Amino acid sequence: MKKSLILVLSFLSFLSFLLVPTFAFANAELHLDKAPDRSGDNAALQRGAKTFVNYCLNCHSASYMRYNRLSDIGLSDGQIKDNLLFTADKVGEPMKVALQRADGRVFFGAAPPDLTVIARARGSESGSGADWLYTYLRSFYRDSERPTGWNNTVFPNVGMPHVFWELQGDQVLSEHHALELTSPGKLSAPEYDAMVGDLVGYLNYMGEPGAEARKRLGVFVLLGLFLLFILTYALKREYWKDVH
Amino acid sequence: MNTINDGLKSVLGWVDARFPLTSNWKSHVSEYYAPKNFNFWYFFGSLAMLVLVIQIVTGILLVMHFKPDATLNASGVPIAFASVEYIMRDVPWGWLVRYMHSTGASAFFVVIYLHMFRGFLYGSYRKPRELVWIFGMLIFLCLMAEAFFGYLLPWGQMSYWGAQVIVNLFSAIPVIGPDLSLWIRGDYVVGDATLNRFFAFHVIAVPLVLLGLVSAHLLALHEVGSNNPDGIEIKKKKDANGIPLDGIAFHPYYTVKDIVGCVVFLAVFSIVLFFMPEGGGYFLEYNNFFPADPLQTPPHIAPVWYFTPYYSILRAVTYPLFGIDAKFWGVAAMGASTMILLLLPWLDRSPVKSIRYRGPITKWMLSLFIIGFFILGFLGTKPPSYEFFGMIPGAPIAQVFSLYYFLFFLTMPVWSSLDRCKPEPDRVTSK
Repeated sequence: MKKSLILVLSFLSFLSFLLVPTFAFANAELHLDKAPDRSGDNAALQRGAKTFVNYCLNCHSASYMRYNRLSDIGLSDGQIKDNLLFTADKVGEPMKVALQRADGRVFFGAAPPDLTVIARARGSESGSGADWLYTYLRSFYRDSERPTGWNNTVFPNVGMPHVFWELQGDQVLSEHHALELTSPGKLSAPEYDAMVGDLVGYLNYMGEPGAEARKRLGVFVLLGLFLLFILTYALKREYWKDVH
Repeated sequence: MNTINDGLKSVLGWVDARFPLTSNWKSHVSEYYAPKNFNFWYFFGSLAMLVLVIQIVTGILLVMHFKPDATLNASGVPIAFASVEYIMRDVPWGWLVRYMHSTGASAFFVVIYLHMFRGFLYGSYRKPRELVWIFGMLIFLCLMAEAFFGYLLPWGQMSYWGAQVIVNLFSAIPVIGPDLSLWIRGDYVVGDATLNRFFAFHVIAVPLVLLGLVSAHLLALHEVGSNNPDGIEIKKKKDANGIPLDGIAFHPYYTVKDIVGCVVFLAVFSIVLFFMPEGGGYFLEYNNFFPADPLQTPPHIAPVWYFTPYYSILRAVTYPLFGIDAKFWGVAAMGASTMILLLLPWLDRSPVKSIRYRGPITKWMLSLFIIGFFILGFLGTKPPSYEFFGMIPGAPIAQVFSLYYFLFFLTMPVWSSLDRCKPEPDRVTSK
């Protein structure tokens, strides 16, 4: 029994070794900033939703996301209709865009991808999908060699121009490969970071709108299983009394 | 009350005169005598059945809403991929059913690997249980096929490119290879035809075979009786009624015990399902949240964790032999690494079955085998250029452990008979 216990322990240590993705990975160049956690912060998520609808939803669809699902983050059908519904008629419709995919390919070199689950797709060993998006949206810089005039350190030669340039201002890439703000935009650097944080929080929410409800349900399921464990274990003890 | 009992009895009598209901219940459940000293490792057989039921029930519910269609919808998303997100968002409780199925896939392999490891520990594959082991191994192979076909269905980038890589492996077979892989795909690249046939295999063909094999596995087990942690035959010592002295009826003793195991398993399962359904990118890979794009190859294609030890063995072969491409020998090595397990009952020549009475050689060899299996699995999730701590190259380590994987089995007849074993007890010991 002792031996098998040692075996189990060595198993578990190896398993943890497998599941801890913090080991030095070859892709060390990609350093991601930690995205602020906005989960459960409805005011922040609503600001993020507004930014998403105003800036992103012109080219990018979120075609699995229905507008009225935003009730998760505290928005009523009336609020959605008055503030967010530009391209759809009914709150039950998914977030689609008028931009034709073929046109997108002509304009940007690639059709703008659907963003519904982008925060889940961009996860990697370097950080969560939210970290990637948070860093990416703050890493645009002026590059005269690109057709749009913009490039990005996280996503080299990206097709998308810097949509928030009026807000963030102009950045350039210095000789030491660092981003420098040359002319400030309408927002200060902390204000811009906070706005991007809200937007990324929203994208993260949209990746799995039911995530918070899932975790809440999980607590009850585990409590129920714990009670069931007590009952079934007592039953087992009772039956096994006569086994010697 | 008596009239109800009498009524039930007469119904049962009517059925028993036409169908062996009571006799089967007795021989497989209420009068199937199992050793009384089962320990922790003996939970995983019944847990595998539980996971099988979870997968079948959730699978049926998923098929009601999933659409195996690779064509793009108006938003440019493949319909199959979009239908999975539809299940996650618009189908009531769809997210729960889908996460149960995706978590269940990984749980199935965890449980089966532990179940197989139990066999290694206590020699459960030895005479007279060779067929129990062989049916079990066929179940394992079926399960790998089932997982492979199922992984294509969500039609994400990893689904697509994983299938592309694996189907292309068949093209390494000399002469017939290219036509064979074309025949499997039904197209020159993985496409709608592939998705549809993999769907058919995943929901009908393989599950049918799987259920038949599970029945055969259980019938063979109940014919010879269960092994136990002491690796001795309880049927050798029977009482006056012919009941093994160390045996207890499966029902109610092991049914009530296995229910406790099921509850504990479901708790662990729920922790993953409700709090970390992506399993840190191991159970649901990040890249699979990008829809399949035939024009964009991901920089690093890794199979799901349960295939990675074998994938490492495949990649470990880098030399062409007899004028045939190294890729073919890699495929052959990967195939051999699973097939060699079928020979295990005849490779083990030890006089005792259980690890409890086997000597140091077995313990060292087996420990190293398990460590190697984990390292192969870990390296299989990484690109071949991976280095431990950024300095120790992983590729040669994978080659060493791949070689050891085969040496472990091929030299087993020698080291298992050389080992200094302790005497087995007459009766089972309870620890």
